[in-house]
Amino acid sequence: MLKNYFKIAIAVLRRRKFFTFISLFGISFTLTILLVLTAFIDKVVGDNYPDKKRDRSLYVSRVSQTGKNTMSSSPPSFYFLDHYVRTIKTPITIAISSGFNGTNTYVNNKKIAVNYKYTNSEYWEVLEYDFLEGKAFSKQQVANSDKVAIISADMKKEYFGDVPNVVGQYIEADNVKYRVIGVVQNVPITSYMTYSDIYLPYTVAKDGDYKNNKGYQGGYYGILLANSASDLDKLHNEYEQMIQRLKPEQKEFDRVSSHADNYIRSYVDTGDDRHSGVFIVVTAISIFAFILMILPTLNLVNINITRIMERSSEIGVRKAFGASSSTLVYQFIVENIILTLLGGVIGVILSFIVLQVINSAHLIANLELSINFMVLFIGLLVCLVFGLISGVYPAWRMSKLNVVTALKAQ
Amino acid sequence: MIRLQNIEKVYRTDTVETLALNKVNLDVAKGEFLSIMGPSGCGKSTLLNIIGLLDEPSKGEIRIDDQKTENLSDKQLAQFRNSKLGFIFQSYHLINDLQVLDNVELPLLYRNTTAKERKQLATEALAKVGLSNRIKHFPTQLSGGQKQRVAIARAIVGRPEIILADEPTGNLDSAMGNEIMDILLQLNKNDGTTIVMVTHDENMAHKTHRLVRLFDGSQVQ
Ligand SMILES: Nc1ncnc2c1ncn2[C@@H]1O[C@H](COP(=O)(O)OP(=O)(O)OP(=O)(O)O)[C@@H](O)[C@H]1O
Ligand SMILES: [Mg+2]
Repeated sequence: MLKNYFKIAIAVLRRRKFFTFISLFGISFTLTILLVLTAFIDKVVGDNYPDKKRDRSLYVSRVSQTGKNTMSSSPPSFYFLDHYVRTIKTPITIAISSGFNGTNTYVNNKKIAVNYKYTNSEYWEVLEYDFLEGKAFSKQQVANSDKVAIISADMKKEYFGDVPNVVGQYIEADNVKYRVIGVVQNVPITSYMTYSDIYLPYTVAKDGDYKNNKGYQGGYYGILLANSASDLDKLHNEYEQMIQRLKPEQKEFDRVSSHADNYIRSYVDTGDDRHSGVFIVVTAISIFAFILMILPTLNLVNINITRIMERSSEIGVRKAFGASSSTLVYQFIVENIILTLLGGVIGVILSFIVLQVINSAHLIANLELSINFMVLFIGLLVCLVFGLISGVYPAWRMSKLNVVTALKAQ
Repeated sequence: MIRLQNIEKVYRTDTVETLALNKVNLDVAKGEFLSIMGPSGCGKSTLLNIIGLLDEPSKGEIRIDDQKTENLSDKQLAQFRNSKLGFIFQSYHLINDLQVLDNVELPLLYRNTTAKERKQLATEALAKVGLSNRIKHFPTQLSGGQKQRVAIARAIVGRPEIILADEPTGNLDSAMGNEIMDILLQLNKNDGTTIVMVTHDENMAHKTHRLVRLFDGSQVQ
């Protein structure tokens, strides 16, 4: 029985090449977008290198001041993190790092673009970078403003070439020579709080912003590491209270806001308190996914109606020779599921190719995307549901067809 | 075998009401070969469809094998048609996407059979109509006469007691038509299959046991 359905499904698909192409394209394309998108989200949100202690960390990425008609929002200043946040009583370690800045450096007269960022020494305790060689800079080295650098594996390769060890050698960035003391595994640029090519002690920063800027706003990120996950709620509340006590820096502002949030919330923080970033992102993704899925479904329903009605003679014959309406509905749904699963398989293959291309083209620094097998599974399940939905209505309409009418319509 | 009592069929469209069948009474005995004749539009196909339970009468009662048929559900009807009836149509109605063998196997799909049994029975049926060498062909690769023979094989593969044929030779030349007619006569004689056939051809009609004439929906003979 099933083999027979399979035969006829394939025959029908082959006969109506254009429609087959359109429906297969719709399904596989949708699935590809879904898989690539989730591979991306998965990587950005799910990959926890180097902040492996996310479950007991809160992130501070933004300070906003709002007035009636004006608003100012940016990452916090070093002073803000080092001075105000430190007043919190819950025991924490604060990792402070600047955003990454771009500059150029030269190797054998070849220009290469590098990103560097400043960190404190606690940064290396809070975050668990994999050191390929050497080690992090110490509190003492930071206090001494030592010109030392930790570089990424890619940076090492680009600057020094394929050599086994570079610790002790010097790297030049922004016209200053730094002694390399460690090499760490790469971080993708999408982890914007931890990505960089070169990491330097904050005390070597030429602009001196870390000591001169006594305002709330600046260009640093903070990661607050609590001793245990159960401290997070308390820490979060204490942070909120601390913020509430802060006075706006200028008259036109009437409110200061900033949050110490878990990773995902802080990642999508818009700086606007009324609409949380998570809400906006989740809504946007849901609407997008919904539209993405509803279109091929409608398309398929439509195609299926034409496809099935064209086969009214077949329906009449099958009924005359003993197929009940429900048997026919079953047949057409099976046919449709075969079609959608075929589309699903093509979609998966397509996704693999697309991800391979994205990975090998290095579109985004250090980002290695891979298919999320959970999503793959869900995607194929969604295909199955597509198959059902888009098959049920046409099949139901067809099964209502009167045999004599079906046989007459040629 | 088949008993029709006071069958009426009215077709209603927006503007007109057509009385396609008017008080038709008909008894067909087991093993009988009956032909139905009449001018175009007199209701022959309508009558045959009602006998084949493909259409419902507006009034009247049909019994097949002494069994009332009016209250059967869709599933029961399907099963009834599958086990008792075989259809042959003027325009063959083969499924073009399927090979000859798969076309012939079709009625067996709707009963409990294994693939092996189906293949065996379908091959036998095709041998009966002399088409053993066309098993792997598609319907579009066959002549009209060959298509009708495939259709006959499909009608007989499930060994139904009754075969209903609506102008089975209508699209064929007389030589082909005679071949088809011979197959039907053999079937009736050797297997005792009851056959009801609509035809326009007097010669064919006279080869059957009995002839019923319809005129404007009424039985005249
Ligand atoms: N679905 C329908 N709706 C309305 N009228 C119909 C329908 N089917 C048949 N009729 C009418 O019923 C009458 C009988 O039709 P039927 O098809 O039974 O004729 P027939 O004897 O088989 O003719 P032919 O020899 O041309 O095949 C005709 O007048 C036809 O117009
Ligand atoms: Mg007719």
